[in-house]
This record gives sequence, C-alpha cells and structure tokens, in this order.
Amino acid sequence: MTNDVAAQVRNYLTVFGALLILTVVTVAVSYVHLPTTPAVALGLTIAIAKAALVAMFFMHLNHERRLIYVALILTVVLFAALIGLTLWSETDHVPGTRFGPW
Amino acid sequence: MEIPYTTQVRPDTGLTNPKLGIWLFLASEVMLFGSLFSAYALLRMGAETWPDQSSILSVPLAALNTLILIASSVTMVMAWASLKAGSLSKYRLYMGLTILGGALFLVVKSFEYSEKFSHGLYPRTDVFLALYFTLTGLHAIHVICGMVVNAWLWGPGTRMWADHREQFTNRIEVAGLYWHFVDVVWIFLFPVLYLL
Repeated sequence: MTNDVAAQVRNYLTVFGALLILTVVTVAVSYVHLPTTPAVALGLTIAIAKAALVAMFFMHLNHERRLIYVALILTVVLFAALIGLTLWSETDHVPGTRFGPW
Repeated sequence: MEIPYTTQVRPDTGLTNPKLGIWLFLASEVMLFGSLFSAYALLRMGAETWPDQSSILSVPLAALNTLILIASSVTMVMAWASLKAGSLSKYRLYMGLTILGGALFLVVKSFEYSEKFSHGLYPRTDVFLALYFTLTGLHAIHVICGMVVNAWLWGPGTRMWADHREQFTNRIEVAGLYWHFVDVVWIFLFPVLYLL
C-alpha cells in the first residue's frame, strides 16, 4: 500500500475504535436511567457524534466538494423543519378535546 | 456505450456523476427515515403512557448488531482503500467481510423478530411495536438491498477491474456511501428504539 492509503487506513481504524467506545458509552448511560429529557438529549448527542465520525471519515466528507456540502446543509435545514414543524403542531389546542400543549 | 463523467469530473459540479447522484439519493433517504423518526417523536409525546422500551426489546442483541454494522462499515471502506492501492484480492476479502456483516445483522434481526412473534407481540399490538417493526423493517430492507449490490460488486461486477480500474473503484466508493448511510440510520435507531 502507498503511504497515503496506509495513513488513511490508520485513520479508519482509529475512528473504528472511537465508534466502539461511543457505543459502549451509549449503552452504559442508558443503565443510569436519567429522566426522559436529559436521556434523549444525551442519547442523541452521542448518536450525532458517531454519525459525524462515519460521515467525515468513512464517507470522506472531510474533503468533499462544495456542492455536496450545499446539498447536505439544505437537507439538514429541511430535516430540522420536518421535525420542528411536526413537534410544534403539538402545541395547538383542539377545543373540546384533551389534545393540547404538553 | 460510454457512461459520461464516471471518472472525469463534470466541469460545472466539480464531481463525477455517480458521486453527486448518490449523495442526492442519500439526501432523499434522510427525509424518508426523518419522517418516520418525527412520527415516533409525535406519537410518543402525544401518548398518555409509553412502554419501557428496554424491557420489551433486547438491548444486548441490538448493541451486538450496532457493533456488527460499524465493523462492516470499516471493512467496506477498507475494500475501497484496497482498490485504491491496486489489490483486487484484498478488495474481495474486505467486501466479503462486509457482506458477511450484513448477513449477521439480518440473522440477529430475524431472531429478534421471531422472538417477538412467539410471545404474541406484533406490529398491531401497540403503537410502540408498530413503530419498532416499521422503522427496523424498512432499515432491514435497506440492508438487504445493499447486500445485493455488494454481492454483485464482489462477484460478476469485478469484470470491470480488468480494463476500467478507476471506474470500478469509484463504483465501490459509491456503494460504500450507501452502506455507511445504512449504518448511520442504525446508529440513530439503536438509542431511540432500545434505550430511551
């Protein structure tokens, strides 16, 4: 293997190690039985960290072209809108029913 | 017929067509799984009670599946790196391991599913199980499709290595991007469905 590829391979194995550790952390944290909101926040934070490692190093997003970044940022914005608007609708009160804000 | 811009980049995008194409496809997949995740959030928040997920589902099995998929992502990128370094035999080894990882994931999943069914737990049983089977079922279908493509690239697809090395290497990179995405979806499915 050329030095270039060998260096990349070392990176991949390091990232693999980090992903293993983060998986163990995710499971360990779940046994602490935090209340729902901090549990969700912590679980999603660790998941986002793992996804970012996969995206940056395995999917080569750390040195991709601008157009890909633009497409992905647009995706993130629209995804945030999808989740955000869906959850925001929960605050609508429907008169005469028990359905309303949390 | 020569497919354009499989190794040369397009002057306007700065990318090869397959690279841009797969990323746009993955963006659409984000919206697909995203809408199901938002359905989960909405239904859970609106529910009066919600079952203790980790007491219905097996955390150890899912943690094992998480490690299996992450490992298969590593072997997938190693398969691409092997082709970059010019070794078809190393590529075959790593791609074979990737396919094996996918198969192991599905074996564990089918064991989980059959265990649920044998206890009378079905998608129709309650809202949580409906979400669980829908999300993991759709994900499993994505794993199967990825394995079919990877198997073709491991077998008959390698014919292209003989006279179009760079194009074949790019194909593996594109297949790898899809496989990593399937891994990322599971990285989110695992905590959301099993741990929260």
